[in-house]
Order: sequence, then C-alpha cells, then structure tokens
Amino acid sequence: MSKIYNAIFAAGITFVLACLMIGVKLNTEGTTLTVSGASGEQWSWIVGGIVLVFLAQLFADRIDTLFGKLPKPKIGALLPAEEKRATLKPWLLAALIVGLLVWPFMVSRGAVDLATLTLIYIMLGLGLNIVVGLAGLLDLGFVAFYAVGAYTYALLSQYFGLSFWACLPIAAGLAATFGFILGFPVLRLRGDYLAIVTLGFGEIIRILLNNWTALTGGPNGISGIEKPTLFGLEFTRRAKEEGNVPFHEWMGIDYSSSYKVIFLYLIAVILMLFVVYVINRLTRMPIGRAWEALREDEIACRSLGLNRTIIKLSAFTLGASTAGFAGAFFAARQGFISPESFIFIESAIILAIVVLGGMGSQIGVILAAIVMTILPELAREFSEYRMLLFGLLMVVMMRWRPQGLVPMKRPHLELNQ
Amino acid sequence: MLRIENVNTHYGQIQALHDVSVEVRQGEIVTLIGANGAGKTTLMMTICGDPQASSGKVIFDGKEITGQPTSMIMQQGLAIVPEGRRVFSGLTVEENLYMGSYFRSKADADVTAEHVLELFPRLRERYSQRAGTMSGGEQQMLAIGRAMMAKPRMILLDEPSLGLAPIIIQQIFDIIQKLRDEGVTIFLVEQNANQALRIADRGYVLENGRVVLEDSGDALLTNEAVRQAYLGG
Repeated sequence: MSKIYNAIFAAGITFVLACLMIGVKLNTEGTTLTVSGASGEQWSWIVGGIVLVFLAQLFADRIDTLFGKLPKPKIGALLPAEEKRATLKPWLLAALIVGLLVWPFMVSRGAVDLATLTLIYIMLGLGLNIVVGLAGLLDLGFVAFYAVGAYTYALLSQYFGLSFWACLPIAAGLAATFGFILGFPVLRLRGDYLAIVTLGFGEIIRILLNNWTALTGGPNGISGIEKPTLFGLEFTRRAKEEGNVPFHEWMGIDYSSSYKVIFLYLIAVILMLFVVYVINRLTRMPIGRAWEALREDEIACRSLGLNRTIIKLSAFTLGASTAGFAGAFFAARQGFISPESFIFIESAIILAIVVLGGMGSQIGVILAAIVMTILPELAREFSEYRMLLFGLLMVVMMRWRPQGLVPMKRPHLELNQ
Repeated sequence: MLRIENVNTHYGQIQALHDVSVEVRQGEIVTLIGANGAGKTTLMMTICGDPQASSGKVIFDGKEITGQPTSMIMQQGLAIVPEGRRVFSGLTVEENLYMGSYFRSKADADVTAEHVLELFPRLRERYSQRAGTMSGGEQQMLAIGRAMMAKPRMILLDEPSLGLAPIIIQQIFDIIQKLRDEGVTIFLVEQNANQALRIADRGYVLENGRVVLEDSGDALLTNEAVRQAYLGG
C-alpha cells in the first residue's frame, strides 16, 4: 500500500515540476510577456516521464534486485594485482604525463581549450578535497578563494604590471591568507553551521568585488589581463612591448593562434601535476592523517595532544591556496574576469566534483572533474536542462555508488618486518 | 607523580567536583571508583585541561599543568585512553597507532609499535583493517595501544572495561598490570570496582563530586561501605 502511495506521490511531484519547467513557456512579444503551453509532442514526453517515474517507484524493489544481479563494475578489479601495480605504476605515470603533454598537438583547438578548463576544475576539486574530503569541514564558499586568486593576478598585473609567474605564488599566498582569516572564526563550528558561514563568506567576497568599483571595476570586471609568457616570449602576433620578440618569430615559424591555447594547456598540466604531487605527499605525511583523524574524532585527537586549531587551519589554508593557484591561472587564461565567474553555483559544482569522485580520493576527484566539465559540453543541446541533468546524475550516483566513483583507499605504510 | 590539590570544576553554574585531592605516585596503579555521575570522567578531563579547574592545582611530574591548553598537557608524558575508546573508525589500525606517536620520530615510533603489537597480537592480525570494523575488545586494545605509542610515563584509563565481555575485561586488566610492570604509572577510572580494586595499589571513592574514601586497594575491597555501595554486598 505504501508503495502505491509513494509512487503516486513521486509521479505527482514529477508532474508539478515538469509542468512548470517544460509545460509552460514565457514568450516576449514586444514589451509584453505571453504564456504559451507546450506542444503536443512535449506533452507526450511529459506524460511518458510521469508514467516512467510512477512505475519505477512502484517496482523499485524489483528493479533494485535486478540491478543487484548485474555484475557491478568494479573499477578496482580492472587494475592489475597489488605487486604488479607497484612495478607498473611509474611506467603508467610516465605514459600518462607524456600523453598529457603530446595530446594537444593532435586535436582541435576547442578540445585543448576544454581540457584546460577541466584541469582548472581538477585543481579546484583537489583543493576542496583537502577541506571537505579529508578534514571533513563542509565548505560551501570555496569559490571565494578562487576569486581571490583570480583578482590577485588581475589587479597586480593591471596596476603594477607584474607577470603571471611572479603573481602565481602571490595569488596562492593571498588566497591562503584568506583561508586562514576565514578559518579562525569558524574553528568552533561544524556541520551545518560551518556550511552557512562559509557560504556567507563566498557571497561577501563576490559582493565586495562587485561593489568596490574603484579598485575592481565592479560588475564590468577586469579585461585585457596579460597572458603568461614563456621566459618573456609572448604568444601574440606582434610583441606588445618594444624590442620584445613574439614566440613564433623567435622559433622561426608561422604565427598560429593555437600556440597560445596549447601553451596555456601545458601550463595547466604542469600546475595540476604540481598540485597533485604536493597534495599526494601531504596525505602521506602525519599532517594528512591528522586531517582525517580530526574528521573521525575530534576528542580523540585532542587526547593525543594534537592541536585542532593548527590542523583545521592548515587544511583551510592549503585548500585555499590551491584555489588561489587555480584562480590566477583562470584569470590568465580568460583574459577577462568579473564577479559573474565566482557565483555560488561554482562552489556547488566544485563540491559536486568532490562528492561525486569519492570524498578524499584523488583519482576519484580527477575523474569526477573530467565528467563534470565534459558532460555539459557534450550535452550542449540540453543546456537548458543542465541543472536537471546534474540532479539526475546525483540521484543515480546515490543509488548506484553512494561512496563516489573511486572511493578513497587507505595508503598503506610499510611495516618493517 | 600526579598530584591533584583541592580541585573544583564547574560546568557553567553546576559544580561537578568539590575540593578533590588525589595523589598518584610513580609506578602505582591508582583507581578511582564511583557511581554514574559522581564526577569520575570530569576529574579525568580536568587533568587533561578540558574543562579547566576553576580552582586548585594539577601537578604532573612536579610541574603545574593547571591552565595549560589540552594539546600542551598531552605532550608532556601523559596519555589518556578516553571513555568509549574513540578510535578513528575510518583509519586502519596502523594509522590509528601512528596517530598516537604524532610528535615522535618515525624510527622511535616503529620500535614502540613493535612493542604494542607484541602486547596485543590481535592488533597485528588486524593491522591494515579499518578500526571501525573491529570488535569492541579489539578497539579497546587499539585505544590502549594508541595511548602507549606516545611512550607516556603515565596513562589515564577512563572505563576501559565499558561494554566488554568478561573474558576481554580480564585481558585488558592483565595488560594494565603488564604496563605497570614496565614502569608506566596508571590512573584507572572504573565502574567495575571489583576488578579495579583487585589490581590497584590504592583507590579513591568519589561520590557527588567529593572524595569520600581513600585507602589501599585491599582495604577498600573489604570495606563494608564500599562493599555495600559498589561491590553488590
């Protein structure tokens, strides 16, 4: 009986949502708005969807058992055995890195550009993974640090003419400082309360950037941000500075605008590898385990003499500095930034990447970042329903792999026997 | 080794400890027994500095530690096995142990880890298993092992027998005696008064936040009032 009730309820919700989102359309005719209904074909899709939801809910148990019988895709089983893996690992890593470096020369400009964007999200995901995945501190305002990094580079470049390479560490450092400043007041908070405060912090940064017109240009943003250079060589057709030689002339090849795209991609790869390496080392160090221990049991941590202030602050600071890193690169790649780029939905997407990938797992986060940036590109025609698709993805993940794509594996220490 | 002098502790307006004085000498096992809500755990926590004593002194190794932050106190050769075990359930046994030696070098920690694994062969079997998947007794062993990893001169144990099977309790108490034989001073808080008094050199009885009795373990075991109240007549 409760099943039928559930099914009717779910179908009802689907009906209401579908009617509002697909069934009714607002059209502008001149200055007036008119409401028009959906076409007959769309209505049949809606009805079909409602019936599908109704049946799926009604036979949820049976569908689950059916799915249970299907062999579960075990990603772990695809990998070779433990001992083999140890010997294969350096080779695979080397192959992967070489692949990453060679790949852009073989594909289209658009693909390289998309890959660059993906790499930015990987960096952001890895940064947030420290805070949320390892230290267990739910941060909904992560985009704030991304914004700090981006604006640091944009402003320093605009006002002081500093180069990208000089600004990169400054951006990371400044974002880390903001992480530190945010970390202090929220140390005593956890769970929902922490989420609310960080959410507020994200908004504060965005609104500040939006309204401090004198410095940041407000909603107009900052444009014409300098692109990174290769040891002073520019990737423009003509050198901006007197006496400087652009890259293609120095190399003695014809100018092509794709050099710049590939160069940006290569920078992103190097930054990403650097971030992966640093975070990977950190998780194997005592501080990495302390983050996890703090997530597991704060009282036990204190009973062992660990200072939770330092541990939490270090997680916040390191996560933020990674975002600052990504932000500076984002500003350099984009050439134009405005507060529009740092809205809450960005935080939500980064968080979705971490949750989707499997909290705390680096490979998982990397995979999820790829999925989350490439899927919307592939589903361009459905861009109106993007949020709907994200929702669907989340529901499917909840039922299918609640622990994330690649759940975290415990790194083992060697036992000296 | 540990001296608690006229300590008063408050939770907000409520006073949990009244003028409590306890002394634990080098190499002793001292036990503190009392009913639920008598203030046993509060006394333990006060030693660790959370909550801090509102008046009185806690002196460890001749140094006053009252008012120091918890993280400082716990780095001075004092370790606690907290009530309810509190192992890191998502971390492996190995990682749990090495969290205990956070402030020691890897080489030193390895030596102690080997020693802990000799004391608790069960932990060696479970070495790369997540702590949350182990039985209560194994988790208690892990909690004690983790406290030992800091190589403390004194261990505070808060109700190590809580919720364990009698045979496991016996093992835990054997281990406690072994630890003492190795020169570690033990301060044991227990509800299981019978077992605790049997291995204790001295004991204190806490009632409503006040120490009402203090004697040797044997004497308390035969004390009529104690028998009536804590040993089931």
